[in-house]
Amino acid sequence: MRTEAGRDPGRRLAAILRRRPRLRPVLLLTAPLLWLTVLYLGSLAVLFVSAFWTTDSFTSQVVKVWTTDNFHALLTTPVYRQVVLRSVAVALAVTVLCVLLAFPVAFYTARVAPPRRRPLLVAAILTPLWASYLVKVYAWRLILSEGGLADWMLAPFGLRGPGYGLPATVLTLTYLWLPYMILPLHTALEQLPAGLLDASADLGARPARTFRSVVLPLVLPSAAAGSVFTFSLSLGDYITVQIVGGKTQLIGNLVYSHIDLDLPMAAALGTVPVAVIVLYLLAIRRTGALDNL
Amino acid sequence: MEGIAIRLQGLWKSFGQTPAVGGVDLEIRDGEFFSLLGPSGSGKTTLLRLIAGFETPDQGRIELAGQEVTGLAPYERDVHTVFQDYALFPHMTVEQNVAYGLRVRKVPKAERLARARQALAEVRLEGYGRRRPDRLSGGQRQRVALARALVGRPRVLLLDEPLGALDLKLRQQMQVELKALQREVGITFVLVTHDQEEALTMSDRIAVVDRGRIAQTGTPAEIYERPATAFVASFVGVSNLLDGETAHRIAGSPGTYSIRPEKIRVLTESAGPEEPEHATATGTVAEVVYLGDATRFVVDLDGGGRLTALQQNLETSSAEVAAYRGTRVRLRWHRRHAVRLPS
Ligand SMILES: Nc1ncnc2c1ncn2[C@@H]1O[C@H](COP(=O)(O)OP(=O)(O)OP(=O)(O)O)[C@@H](O)[C@H]1O
Ligand SMILES: [Mg+2]
Repeated sequence: MRTEAGRDPGRRLAAILRRRPRLRPVLLLTAPLLWLTVLYLGSLAVLFVSAFWTTDSFTSQVVKVWTTDNFHALLTTPVYRQVVLRSVAVALAVTVLCVLLAFPVAFYTARVAPPRRRPLLVAAILTPLWASYLVKVYAWRLILSEGGLADWMLAPFGLRGPGYGLPATVLTLTYLWLPYMILPLHTALEQLPAGLLDASADLGARPARTFRSVVLPLVLPSAAAGSVFTFSLSLGDYITVQIVGGKTQLIGNLVYSHIDLDLPMAAALGTVPVAVIVLYLLAIRRTGALDNL
Repeated sequence: MEGIAIRLQGLWKSFGQTPAVGGVDLEIRDGEFFSLLGPSGSGKTTLLRLIAGFETPDQGRIELAGQEVTGLAPYERDVHTVFQDYALFPHMTVEQNVAYGLRVRKVPKAERLARARQALAEVRLEGYGRRRPDRLSGGQRQRVALARALVGRPRVLLLDEPLGALDLKLRQQMQVELKALQREVGITFVLVTHDQEEALTMSDRIAVVDRGRIAQTGTPAEIYERPATAFVASFVGVSNLLDGETAHRIAGSPGTYSIRPEKIRVLTESAGPEEPEHATATGTVAEVVYLGDATRFVVDLDGGGRLTALQQNLETSSAEVAAYRGTRVRLRWHRRHAVRLPS
């Protein structure tokens, strides 16, 4: 028996795996891990390495010599610094707006609306995600255009739409990523045990107090989880700003405009959002948000 | 009204078609350990939630300490609850959970910490204040819930099957502790339970709940010895229910009767009634069940019908009791233990 089992490779493998259960997940994950390392981390590594190369200013050819000039330029050139700060500010503004807008919506869909209608409402929140990104952004371009819907609707109040520019970019990005914030908040609010709210009221807390001391702390990790999406998607965006941003420059379109002329500089610029997002993840890890992802 | 902690008058509450609470009148006295005893779905939790203010009655009136509170919100009532699933706040430490009620009422921090520590000591959880609830065992969570509800010294403490999730040993231990705690703090306790033994051992008085109504209110002895309805007789403890022809023959007059098995003595057939108040019946032992401390005899009566009798195993052993099967016996009991039930 023993020798026969030894000859059949399938059985031999099975026997090895039985003896060493820890090998099982390794085997299972080999293919996806290879994919992840080679394609994802690999390209990140290439990005990082090429950021240390330079470009021949006459021919625009990449010259593979090791230099930190690009990063030096990044840190010392005021324009670059401004663009980085502006991009982070836009991502933060979009995130804050998303939280403020998503919370009431999620509160309604998760706790106020009749339970039978809730799945329908969630589906309605998801539908914009099925439409093409470009279509939605161009729709906003139309809305915000001179004499467009925004102008027309604000006219009775003696106001005008924001036109194209930074506010328009923030507005459009907020619209684009809002569902990514509503969904985790909806789930958190829906799963909030009713017993906890009863217990709080039972101990003498008025609704506002219960909201502050029980509801908010318990949904905060989910808001942070949603903000990972709104923040990183906003930071990486370069199309919206081109379409509705007027002359506004963000990291994304700065990278884009450097790709043909100065690939190493583009790579150096490209490492900035990666670094910022890593910092952001480290910052919000303390809320426990990453346990929920 | 002095001395009445809770008064319920004509209380109705329906969810959809059938009423969960259907016309309840009840008075619970100050400082009493009161139990609401009833099977699953009988409306005990609903009754408790009406008292706490989580539900508003369709009809009727609720008074706490003589004040009408029918329309008041939970946070306006001097009542705290220990919930069936404890409902501890997962994002707070044990100490913060216990101090929450005090924090809400703006008790200064130093005082509130001191009182929370003292409350934790009362439930024998000193040193657990810094832990999160999810790092506690079921019994410990139950104590935290108890400390949290007690620390504000409410007029009334409501407990919804607080021991239901604990194993038998721990449950019995907690029953003793809970009772001792209630005596110590002197607060009115209203305990919801479906465990008749728990209700009998802990309560000063019990209300038996049957399909949204109170079937009987009384001391444990009253409930057990003189059940008011067939439902109470069968739900609280084990009982022989006699009716029809059998009842007429044995009790002497028609009606429905309840006799507790432990009130019936099993004698040899030749034994007669010793006193005039004794009633007897003869029959054949159909079944003998050895229970360790006692033996249960199921006897087929000669004129039809069946009675179960419970005998302490004072002298007999398991081998001996088994030999009773199929033998002729005489059953004897005191007439006043055959309780007549309303039909
Ligand atoms: N929120 C609710 N919505 C609909 N029906 C309810 C609700 N709460 C209770 N009921 C119904 O009311 C009846 C009484 O329920 P209740 O929870 O008061 O019973 P209980 O005696 O506490 O039972 P248990 O011992 O199982 O906890 C049940 O038939 C239940 O289905
Ligand atoms: Mg219940």
